[in-house]
Amino acid sequence: MDVKNYIIRQISVFSENKPGRLASIAKAFQEEKINILAFSIAEADGFGVVRALVNLPDKAFQKLTSLGYNVAFTDVIAVKMKDEPGGLFEIAELLGEAGINMEYAYAYSGKEAAVLIIRVDHVNEAVTRILSKGGTLLEAKIFS
Amino acid sequence: MFWDKVKETLAPDELAKLQLKRLKKTFKSAENIEFYRKQFAEAGVRFSDIHTIDDVRKLPFTRKQDLRGGYPFGFLAVPLKKVVRIHTTSGTTGKPTVVCYTRNDLDAWAELIARNMTMVGLGEDDVFQNMVNYGMFTGGLGFHYGAEKIGMTVIPSATGNTTRQIEMIQDFGVTAIHCTPSYAMHLAEVAEERHVEFPSLKTGIFGAEPWSESMRAELEEKLGVTAYDSYGLSELFGPGVAFECNERDGLHIWHDYYLVEIINPQTGEVLGDGERGELVVTPLLKEAMPLVRYRTGDVTFRMEDGCLCGRMQKIGRITGRSDDMLVIRGINVFPSQIEHVLLSLPEVGNQFMVYIDRMNHLDEMSIEVEMNREYFHGELQDLTRIQAKVVKSLRDVLELRTSVKLVEPGSLPRFEGKAKRVIDRRGEM
Ligand SMILES: [Zn+2]
Repeated sequence: MDVKNYIIRQISVFSENKPGRLASIAKAFQEEKINILAFSIAEADGFGVVRALVNLPDKAFQKLTSLGYNVAFTDVIAVKMKDEPGGLFEIAELLGEAGINMEYAYAYSGKEAAVLIIRVDHVNEAVTRILSKGGTLLEAKIFS
Repeated sequence: MFWDKVKETLAPDELAKLQLKRLKKTFKSAENIEFYRKQFAEAGVRFSDIHTIDDVRKLPFTRKQDLRGGYPFGFLAVPLKKVVRIHTTSGTTGKPTVVCYTRNDLDAWAELIARNMTMVGLGEDDVFQNMVNYGMFTGGLGFHYGAEKIGMTVIPSATGNTTRQIEMIQDFGVTAIHCTPSYAMHLAEVAEERHVEFPSLKTGIFGAEPWSESMRAELEEKLGVTAYDSYGLSELFGPGVAFECNERDGLHIWHDYYLVEIINPQTGEVLGDGERGELVVTPLLKEAMPLVRYRTGDVTFRMEDGCLCGRMQKIGRITGRSDDMLVIRGINVFPSQIEHVLLSLPEVGNQFMVYIDRMNHLDEMSIEVEMNREYFHGELQDLTRIQAKVVKSLRDVLELRTSVKLVEPGSLPRFEGKAKRVIDRRGEM
């Protein structure tokens, strides 16, 4: 098993918390026909980070940078959940048992399954541990 | 290199003699102005009271608002037909301040610029791009005539159109530029973005707003110049009043042109060498509009040590304006201090804005500063950690808690004239 197959590149955009910023990012994706698969916003004091999983991460990076946005790639992994009551609990317990320390997480429910996107400290190690505990990770290629 | 070695290196006693002669002449000429006749009468001072240059202390101060009150020609000591040029300085409120020049004034002013530019090694081999406003602002024409006087090849490019400015620097092999430090920073940023270099450039003259040593280092690195500070104000002719020599440690102010005092801005008390206060100048060679003890509002001090170059006593670089000085919760803050802190932090950019509000009867200062792209790695913690670092660094220097907001790179206003970075909203309640 190649751990790298499970590492997904998330687009992280520094954005001021002011009207129209999100619309501007979404419009940029639309113009480039970039599909947004999952999305979340983390916010601090007047500014935040817009996080997105998209089907064309390099194109998204280029487009946003050309518009002046401050963009970075972040490695995340996607854990499959059962799309039913208790699905999140089951996964959270598994991650706890695997000793995974999450920096943040966000979920979405897509065609394939319900998915929990997580950002962890040591991504390679986390992949190995989650798999060894019987968790299912989505492969990065699903997102492109 | 000297333009006028005799005048630039006058011995103290000779200088004092010359200053006294010119002070007396200035007093006489000021008596042509009604405002001064009244002022002198109120102060009970007459021409016969002036025996030494220290007797200038018997004379009343002149303030900027006095000049404004004389709009348009109330401070003219000669008939208008003797005036060959008028400049104005923009006022934030009401009428501008008018400054008039006779033929002799223009010659004297060009002479000052000639001294300054020769002092930093410029001459007829240089190609000079003057990137400041050529209209009513004195920076454009002032430098222009001085540069022509020493035989430089002058490009009156004025402001705006950075693409064109870059093109001219490259195509004309420009060796020296003059602009505001904030425009220089903008120029450097644009050049960097476009991967443009300026191999011909060697000298940068920056003035019209205060700038810090860290900004100097940055401009020198980015533009490939040696940067010199230029000081002046329109009421005293314009730029050229004081200038850095090659030592770049303080400004040579031309004492044969200007009688310099440093005062406590609150009490008017005259301060000694090394003491920081407001610069007060009595110009000694102004014909059209003589001034007496003009309060510049600029904060500096007289430097005690002589200079290796052999010229006359220097003043420290201007660290702020006494009227720019912000009083936040009783603490004095100069915007230049904030700039200095931000420039020392690589995680943030050079542009900033300061907002002051009064909330629940307390002054609150908030600062917006741009993120440096390279320090954002995608995590919110990157941002909050940098924010906390900026807050702490500012608190260490200002002894004041501020709130800091990180904004997107390139989103803050760039200023081409005088930067207006402070928005005080305390009066708006
Ligand atoms: Zn010197």
